This record gives sequence, C-alpha cells and structure tokens, in this order.
Amino acid sequence: MAGYVVRRTLQAVLVLFGVSVIVFALVHLVPGDPIRLALGTRFDPQTYEALRERAGLDQPLVVQYFDWIGSALVGDLGVSFRSGEPVTLLILERLGATLSLALGAIIVALVIAVPLGLVSAVKRRSPADYFATVVSQAGISIPEFWMGILLILLFGLYLDILPPGGYVPFGEGPGDWLLHLLLPAVTVGVVSGSILTRFVRSSVLEALGQDYTRTARAKGLREGLVLRRHVVRNALVPVVTVTGVQLAYLLSGVVVVEVVFSWNGLGLLALQAVESRDYPVLQGAVLLFAFFFLLINLLVDLLYAYLDPRISYS
Amino acid sequence: MSVDRENTEPGTTGDARRSDDAGGPSAPAEPRWRETLGILLGNKLAVFSLLMLALLVVAALFGSLLAPYGPNEVAVENRLQGPSGAYWLGTDELGRDVLSRVVLGASVSLQVGFVAVGIALFAGVPLGLVAGYYGHLVDDAVMRSMDVLFAFPAILMAIAVLAILGPGTTNAMIAVGIVYTPIFARITRASVLTVREEVYVRAARASGASDLRILRLHVLPNVAAPIIVQTSVSLAFAILSEAALSFIGLGAQPPRPSWGRMLADGRGFIEQAWWIGFFPGLAIFLTVLSFNLLGDALRDALDPRQRSAIQSMGVTA
Amino acid sequence: MTVEATGAGQPAGPGAQEALLSVRDLRVRIAGKQGVAEVVNGLSYDVRAGETLAIVGESGSGKSISVLALLGLVPQPPARVSGEVHFGGQDLLTLDADRLRRVRGNDIAMVFQDPMTSLNPVLTIGRQLAEGMQAHLGLSEKDARARGVELLDLVGIPSARQRLDDYPHQFSGGMRQRVMIAIALACDPQVLIADEATTALDVTIQAQITELVAGLQRDLGMGVIWISHDLGVVAGIADRVLVMYAGRAVEEAVVDDLYVNPQHPYTRGLLGSIPVLGRPDDDLMSIPGRPPDPFHLPPGCAFWPRCAFRYDERCATESPPLRDIGAGHRVATFYDPDRPT
Repeated sequence: MAGYVVRRTLQAVLVLFGVSVIVFALVHLVPGDPIRLALGTRFDPQTYEALRERAGLDQPLVVQYFDWIGSALVGDLGVSFRSGEPVTLLILERLGATLSLALGAIIVALVIAVPLGLVSAVKRRSPADYFATVVSQAGISIPEFWMGILLILLFGLYLDILPPGGYVPFGEGPGDWLLHLLLPAVTVGVVSGSILTRFVRSSVLEALGQDYTRTARAKGLREGLVLRRHVVRNALVPVVTVTGVQLAYLLSGVVVVEVVFSWNGLGLLALQAVESRDYPVLQGAVLLFAFFFLLINLLVDLLYAYLDPRISYS
Repeated sequence: MSVDRENTEPGTTGDARRSDDAGGPSAPAEPRWRETLGILLGNKLAVFSLLMLALLVVAALFGSLLAPYGPNEVAVENRLQGPSGAYWLGTDELGRDVLSRVVLGASVSLQVGFVAVGIALFAGVPLGLVAGYYGHLVDDAVMRSMDVLFAFPAILMAIAVLAILGPGTTNAMIAVGIVYTPIFARITRASVLTVREEVYVRAARASGASDLRILRLHVLPNVAAPIIVQTSVSLAFAILSEAALSFIGLGAQPPRPSWGRMLADGRGFIEQAWWIGFFPGLAIFLTVLSFNLLGDALRDALDPRQRSAIQSMGVTA
Repeated sequence: MTVEATGAGQPAGPGAQEALLSVRDLRVRIAGKQGVAEVVNGLSYDVRAGETLAIVGESGSGKSISVLALLGLVPQPPARVSGEVHFGGQDLLTLDADRLRRVRGNDIAMVFQDPMTSLNPVLTIGRQLAEGMQAHLGLSEKDARARGVELLDLVGIPSARQRLDDYPHQFSGGMRQRVMIAIALACDPQVLIADEATTALDVTIQAQITELVAGLQRDLGMGVIWISHDLGVVAGIADRVLVMYAGRAVEEAVVDDLYVNPQHPYTRGLLGSIPVLGRPDDDLMSIPGRPPDPFHLPPGCAFWPRCAFRYDERCATESPPLRDIGAGHRVATFYDPDRPT
C-alpha cells in the first residue's frame, strides 16, 4: 500500500512538472512582447520597464522558468500585468466561488446519478430504465450555457423564485449562498450527473452478472442485502474513479457556467485575463485548475486502492 | 486509474476482463460494414440520429440556398419579433431572421467539429499505435506527455491555446483538436495492447514484416472499432466545445453566424425575446445528441463482446 | 409426499428410503432472438439423504442450469421454469420468492465452479461466511464468527482464526474452493449441490476437494448433487450417475453399473474419452462433432447426428423415451447392444 501511494504520488508530481512547463510556455509562445500587448494603449515606458523586470523577461528561459516555479511553489504567482496586484491574491479572492460551485455540482451529480443508475440497472429494460437512458443521453448532450440560460429564464425571471445570477460568499450568509448556488450547481451537475448515471448503470449491471452475486443469492440473502453488500459495494469501486474524473471535468463546465451566471470565480478570472492579455493571471488560473485536476485524480486513485483490497497488496 | 494488471493475481477483475477480450478479434478483422450498417438501421435512435445529421450536412452545404433570408440581412423595423409566418423562428435584436442564421450556423459547427476531430485523430491514433506497439520507453514518453495534456480541463486548455493564437474559427479548430488528441492516443493504445500479442500479429512479426506494415495491416484494422465509436462521441463534444468557445467570444467571429455566438447575443434579450437564444441552443443540443446517439449505436453494433441472453446465463459455459 | 402421479420416467433407485429431493419433469425454456430453446427438457430424478447423485454431460447440456433452476437462480425472464421440485413437503417451484430464499443456503446450498470469481473480492471471507448464518440462523456477529472458525477448520484451512479477516485474493485456488464449501455448509444444509466444483482446479487439488466433500457427506449425512463434465472425477464420489445430453436425461444408473454396462452410445463415448494411465493418449475415443445449438435441435434423437450406432430408422425422427431396463438403470436410446447389426 505504502509503495503504491509513493509511486502514484511521484507520478502525479511528474505530470505536474510537465503541466508547469506548458503553463510557463504560455506566455512565451505569444507572438510579440506580452507586456507591450497587455499594456496596449496604456503603455508608458516606466510601467513597462517595471513589469518587465518583475517578470524577469530579460533572463534566459531556463532561469526564468526556475524563478517562476520556485516562486509559485511558495505561493507567489507574480503580479497582474493589468493591475499590478499579486496574482495569488486575485486567485484566492475567487477561489471560494469556484470551489462552492464545483462542490455543489458534484453533489447534484451524485444525487441524480446514484439512484437513477441503480434503479435503471436493477430494473433493466423497464420503463424506468428507458426513462433514465433518455434523460441521461439528453443531459450529456445539453450545452451547459444554454441550460443555464433556460433555468435563469424559468426560475429567475418567469417564476422569480431564485436569483438569476451572482455569487454570495458563504460568510456573508449561508442561506443566500445556497440560494445563489442552486441554479449554477444544477446546470453544471446535470451534465456530470448524466455521464455518471450511465456509468453507475453499467457498473451495477456488471456486478449483477458476476459469480459472487450469484453466490450471495445462493446463500439465501435478502435481495436488498445482495444489492447493498455485494452489488453496490463492488460497483462503487469504478464509480468512485469516474466521479473523480467527472469532478475534474466539471471544472471545464464551471468556466462557461460562471460566465452565464456572472459567478465571480476562477473561470471568469481566466476569461477576463484572456481578454485583457493579463498573462500572469491566466497562467495562475490555468495552473491552479490543472493542479486541482491532478490532486483530485490522485486522491481518487488512493481511495480506489483503499476500496479494492486487491490493490493494497500489489 | 485501473487495477494494475501485472500485480494482480489471476482471477481478479483484471483477469476476468482479459479472458473476455479473448472472445474478441481472433483473426484480422474484415471491416464489417454491411453488417454494421444493418444493425444501425435496425436501431430507431440510430436512424433518427442519421437523419438529423443528414439534415445538418444539407444545411451546412446548401444553407445559403435554403435560408429564407441572408444571415446578416438587417430589418430594424422588424427587430425582436416573435416566431411568425414571415419569420418562423422570430428575429433578433437587429431584425435578422433567426431561422436563416441557425441554418447557416450549421456550417461553422460541422466544420470546426470535423476538422478538430480530424486533427485529434491524425495526431492521437499514430501516437497511441506507436506507444502501444513498442511499449517501454516510447510508451512512457508518449503517454506521460498525453497525461500532461489531459491534466487541463478541456475548455480551459482551448482557452489557453486561443489566448496564444488569438480568437477565430481556424484557431478554435486547432485548440479543440489539441484538447481531444490525448483521448484518441489513450483509446488506441489500450486497444493495441490487447491485440499486440495475438497470434496473427506475432505471426506477421515472425515472417519478417516491417513494423509499419504490421501496424497498418494487422493492428489498425483490429483496433478500429473503439476509434470509430470515439470519433462519433468526440464530434459531439468538439461541436459543444466550439459552441462554448463562440459563446464566450473566442470562437467564430462576426459576421459569420455561429450558434454559440447567437446564444451569447440572445442572452441579453432573454426576457423580451427568448427565441433568439433558444433556437441556436436547441440546434446545438440536437446536433450533439445525434452524434452521441450515433456513437452509442455504433458501440452496440461494433462491440464484439456483446453476449446474447443465453450466453450470459451460462447455458453454454 | 407422493411422487407417483408425476409424468416422465420414474426413477426407482435401490433402497426404498424416501427421497430428500425429488425433481419431476423439470423444464427450462429460454426465449431468445432465434426462438425458444428448451435447455432443460423433462428432467426427473431423486436424491436421498447420504447419497450422491452425479449429473454428467458436456458443457451446454443444461446440467448447470437445471440445478440453478431448482433454487430460482435462473433469471425469469428470459427463462421459464416448469415442473415440480419436491423438498421438505413442498414444491420449490411454487414457493414465493421469500420462502424460496429461506431454503437457499439454508436447506439446500451450492458450491460453484470458479472459486476465483464466486467469492466477493472486496469482502473478507469472515463476512462472507457469516452472512448466511446471520440471515438464516439469526446468529450474532460474534457467534457467526466463532462458527466461521469451526467451519474453516472443518474444511481443512490451517490457522482458521487468522484467516477469517483475509480477502479472497489472499487464498490459493484450492483454498478458495474450501472456503466456498465452508460457506455452503454454514447452515447445515440437507442437500449440497456442487456445480463443476473441481473443474477450475489442478488435478491434485481436484482429488483433495472431492475427498473433502465425500468425507463431509459421510459425517453430515447430506444428499449431494455433483455436477461434472468428467466421468473420471465422478467415478470416485457418486452413488448414482445421470447422464444429460441436450437438456435431457439419456441414461441413469448406479455408478458401477453405468461404468461396467453403459447402454447409451453417448455414455459409451464419454467413457471412452477418460484417460487411463498406461494407455497412450491417441487411443482415446472422443465423440466426433459438437453438442447441438439449443435453439436448433435436430429432429428425432438430439444425439443422432454424432451417434456411432445410429442404425435404427426412428433415430432421425423420434425422440427415444427414457425406459427402465432393470435395477434402476434407465436409458433413452433406440440402440440395443444385444441386437445384431
């Protein structure tokens, strides 16, 4: 087990290194002088020189990379070309919004996927199964931004029971936070939930067909117990993996949905950075997203090893 | 992310899967087009999706002939009109016909979708073939680089690429193509691993065939099925990605009508004129749904591991 | 319990002891895309306490599904099960799901073919041993554990107490099958069904497991149904043997009688394919051809296309009935070894 954890962690660190190189390259692949581009019409030589020095653009690339990654490791992601504020600060201000949305969305996804997928597998070829298949196929295909707009139209404007957008930090009122979170979380969660539903279904179906399930039935256990202890317990193992991967993918949906709901999170920050060519901010946001992605995948793999005793002894 | 095969005892899940695979390709597979098509045409959802996609292709190719109005034909006096006999799907804030713009928007979506997936296929499949066939260091080098690309959320990766290349349709194709390359590499590699040690591949190797020839004649045809399925599914997601990029202003640029952009423009008028945003969104939804349904149907038709009811009950076991 | 009134061939084994389990005219039909297959076709037999009945046939003969059907373990639909299964004064096939569940694992227990896949990989064997006892005997977790240790001892697993918390993958194949047997014995069943219980194991382990079951049966007085495709394995454990082909019983006899005096050409073929020490392999007589597809059975005797003795004109048109030829020996063939060719 310990060996597995170490090996898997080292692998993640290696990938993170690759990620950092790509993120670093981002600024340097831009044709032309990124700072000049970022300043645009606000160009003045003094700011330009200051930013240039601060970003260390005069140094050789390798030196620049190690300076950058060294600072990043201690939490310094440079300063915004735009406002001169530390990137880390800008990100921390927005982090709560994005994490709230991701958490809310994954809860919505699980609440949809686990019961729907389970019923659909156990009652295979029933109307319920058919319904679940149609709903999940539609959910996978629906553009998040479109669904978000439709939900705003229905609940925010027409019925006027939920706020049509905006983020309220948890600290400023948990009730308000939740109310504002509902629509965006459902928007992001439905898509991931639909993919998960299909996965839960196939995973449960596979477990239902296994010999050990037949053994459990041959023992004369109640069907509920057979499902809970033998089928679901085994089906859960791959579902956990996919949930993790979904959580990571869901970050993708978050970017667009943040635009729809004027949700002041990291996705919106990244987009604003693209528009204003604020490369250090874009770098910081992208790096953080990738870091979360890797972290989630790592945690999922470790959880997987815990859930499946066979791995522990490899 | 999966059970480590080398390290599990025989009889664990990993092994059960392997014995399942043994029922798969046992000889170089002839593409079973006729049979596959037959199965597809027997599937109502597949027929629906094929019809939808045919409609879409027609709209993309002959849109300018079909559309009742020009995409940018402005009639300010008719702005923000609801669906009517003259404007079936209503008009937008400049008085442009929504139906015409939706019809003409099909070409952007399909173009970006096909080119982007084409890029992903031509980059990903060879990488996966090489990684799976040669194994060892080559495999590690290729797959770890793919892991790095895979570590970025899809849209964010595309946004980052577009931040470098600048917005636009061409760049959106490249960005989306890069995003979907690792998936094809992974799927191809996984399939190659299952056929690499098959008798016919070993026989070809023993008879002195070149690696290129073996890959082309013996490996590729036998790993084609999952790649075909993934292509259909990826087309769905590529079109979705393009729409998302256009929605946030980084994809197709005006005056070219694109569904994502139309949806973004309609957002501001959602309360007065829901149809501006609704119909382009519906078009995206139906297109993506069709490719997804087709992908599902292809998977069912091509999956050699499908078992009949009687086999799964162990009657013949 | 009367079994007189039932249809198809009456088993009349030696010893008038009343049967523990009586199967009468058991049929399993499976509806598939290609029509309906009768995978078990009018099977009847008795199992007495302390007796081992072996059911033998090639894969696909319907032997496994016939025992799964007894306990309601065949998914319906696509399958349909009919006939009568008398056990403990009731017909198992008419019991509702919950009452049948209380028979499973409690009165009639099963051991399956593949101990690698038949145990749940994510639960300790202690849990898997205990759950049947908790369900049927209402034992507490502690008592079930204590009995679990006894059971592992009984089936010959060393240091049973420590191994209770191990997972299936930590056992070898033979040890896993011992665990499966321990699970089956947990509630003191009256009938034990072993479905190809040694097929997946090495030859030496096979012998150990067979011996273990034979010994346990002697001590516990269970009736045993031993399913196998291998007449060689069966010879050492069975009292009576029932040979199945394409869903039907084609021959049934006391074990020695069957081996010395096989009547059905199929049985002869099976006996001819048992390897014997000292005889070169190429002397093995194997049956040509393959078992028929249950969806496309040939008309007449299902074995006819592969039969080496098909000189009776009825073979291709009529299905031979199961007839008693004395001393509880039943056979379904038109072939008569005494008739001159």
